[in-house]
Amino acid sequence: MSRQFILAGVLMVVGALAISAWAPKRTQATTGGGAGKVQITGAGSTFVYPIMSRWSAEYEKLTGVQVNYQSIGSGGGIQQFKEGTIDFGATDVAVSEEEEKRFTRPFVQFPVVAGTVAVVYNLPGVTGNLKLTPSVLADIFLGKIKKWNDPRIASLNPGVNLLSMDIIVVHRSDGSGTTYIFTDYLSTVSPEWESKVGRGKSVSWPVGVGGKGNEGVTGQVKQLPGAIGYVELSYARQNNLTFAAMQNPSGKFVLPGRDTGEAATRAALKRLKQDIRSSAVNMRGKNSYPITGFVYVLVDKQPKDLAKSAEIKKFFEWILKDGQKMATELDYVPLADKVVQMSLQKLAEVP
Amino acid sequence: MGKATTAEPAAPKAQLRQRAGTFWSDRLFRAVAMICASVLIVLLLFFAHELWQSSALSIRKFGWRFWVSRDWDPVREQFGALPFIWGTLVTSIAALLIAVPLSLGTAIFTAEVAPRWLRQPVSFAVELLAAIPSVVYGLWGVFVMVPWLREHVQVPLAQRFGHTPLFEGPPVGVSMMAAILVLAVMIIPYITAVSREVILAVPQAQREASYGLGATQWETVRWVVLRYARVGILGAIILGYGRAVGETMAVTMVIGNRPEITFSLLQPGYTMASVIANEFTEATSPLYLSALTELGLLLFVITLFINALARLLVWQVTRGEVRR
Repeated sequence: MSRQFILAGVLMVVGALAISAWAPKRTQATTGGGAGKVQITGAGSTFVYPIMSRWSAEYEKLTGVQVNYQSIGSGGGIQQFKEGTIDFGATDVAVSEEEEKRFTRPFVQFPVVAGTVAVVYNLPGVTGNLKLTPSVLADIFLGKIKKWNDPRIASLNPGVNLLSMDIIVVHRSDGSGTTYIFTDYLSTVSPEWESKVGRGKSVSWPVGVGGKGNEGVTGQVKQLPGAIGYVELSYARQNNLTFAAMQNPSGKFVLPGRDTGEAATRAALKRLKQDIRSSAVNMRGKNSYPITGFVYVLVDKQPKDLAKSAEIKKFFEWILKDGQKMATELDYVPLADKVVQMSLQKLAEVP
Repeated sequence: MGKATTAEPAAPKAQLRQRAGTFWSDRLFRAVAMICASVLIVLLLFFAHELWQSSALSIRKFGWRFWVSRDWDPVREQFGALPFIWGTLVTSIAALLIAVPLSLGTAIFTAEVAPRWLRQPVSFAVELLAAIPSVVYGLWGVFVMVPWLREHVQVPLAQRFGHTPLFEGPPVGVSMMAAILVLAVMIIPYITAVSREVILAVPQAQREASYGLGATQWETVRWVVLRYARVGILGAIILGYGRAVGETMAVTMVIGNRPEITFSLLQPGYTMASVIANEFTEATSPLYLSALTELGLLLFVITLFINALARLLVWQVTRGEVRR
């Protein structure tokens, strides 16, 4: 009897371990396209998931074409697209030149929507938007500014009653596009951050605790007096978190939002024209919010199924033209008109 | 005559075995049972092989340094497992230290001590706890336990014992302590339910004999029931430990996910299962993926090692006893 228990225990543990280690790797995707209904499958970025489901629902109502999007993470999306199991991938970080070499077939990538990342905090007695400069933000996340009443924060915010309270940094523990945009920004504005930490979807954080997902960071910032973190704007809004006005390269303090994000995408146009992989962080302009990023889509340039490819193309044309206005309702940032034009040009390369 | 009696016990067994081979249904039964067992073993070997192969890149690059390095820097692709091994072992062992006495107490209470009308409701409640998904434990941990823990336990502890290594650092709520408590709560139902069944399986005659010799209830439970059931109880503890080592979701939500080796219960930590869950989906470079897989392999090895240790313990405990 007891031996059986032990055996059962051992097997259960081993089984559970094996499954937990292997389950995420093989996520199958149904590639539709049988008779009748057209089905497009995509996977990737979790950040874009809410707007993507909205788009696919609206598009199905209009055309009857089904778009099935799985939010498995940008990395997973790129991987699945590379293996050819899905029709399009979505990612918060453009596929780099080096990574592109590992692809066996040509594809295009272009932005479809943008988003802003809010710097949120929980400071008892402070309900307004604190002003922060890039160097102060970097030093907080580097662990060099430790108290909320540090003179460098106080001098930016005269009249605000800052307590002598420990700053507790809260960051994402899971790999995420939001972290990439945020660390990309810090790396752009702070050489020290770039050399010590760098940019990535997961980085080695100098200080702080990690929360799982936007909701994890939101929850911890909400509960911990003295906490500071970063989340996508929609999470900050839905949870009534206070967020900071960030100083942009033109010296203006700007709040995250639709217009300020759009201004940043407009300012990024020049860079994008040189390289479609460029990010939208730290853009000039009196109204540009500096922590703004694009979501990119990957589509095949030499598809096997031409009829389906035409459908995919139509779907993204619709997103870029009519879908943009839905972005605002869900706290995303619609692309500036000229960026839309550029994305459409890229999309035109798809047959 | 005398010779015949000593040979007797062996004879029926051999006869039985012979009989079993003659019926087709028995042969089928044996084949099915054997297939079931071998599928699991093949699966196990397959997993081990796959894990080994997928971590080849990382094994080649870092070698044994992977075990002892404290770096975990995905940007520079420097990977070391030590903080995760530390976090996994500390949280799971500490959780066991809390869970085992509580579970055994509950099991003994429901099996031996409680009045009959109370036994069913209590064991039902315990089994209900086992059915709660881990993400729910995690959410409860984040929104209920962690804030309470911070305010009523960690802040006073830090004020009074902040100078000792065990309670160093600012109390931020999410911490090794929170992970240990959540894990303990999660494994209690397993250990309790299995131990209770094992205790109930102890033959009534054993208890009666003990009482007949004039033993008290405490003495009977301690020296007869627990002694009889100890191997099964050990099995229950191993089952609970396995769950604690492999638990991912709930731990990730409350441990703070910081790859650092700290003795302080108030500081955040990180476990192997958590880092895999956190970073696997967004890991793109081959070396990064390989390092994460190697963590899975290490977890596999550590679990096997602990199970082997437990088996040794069982052998040690039952050595010289009549086989049941």
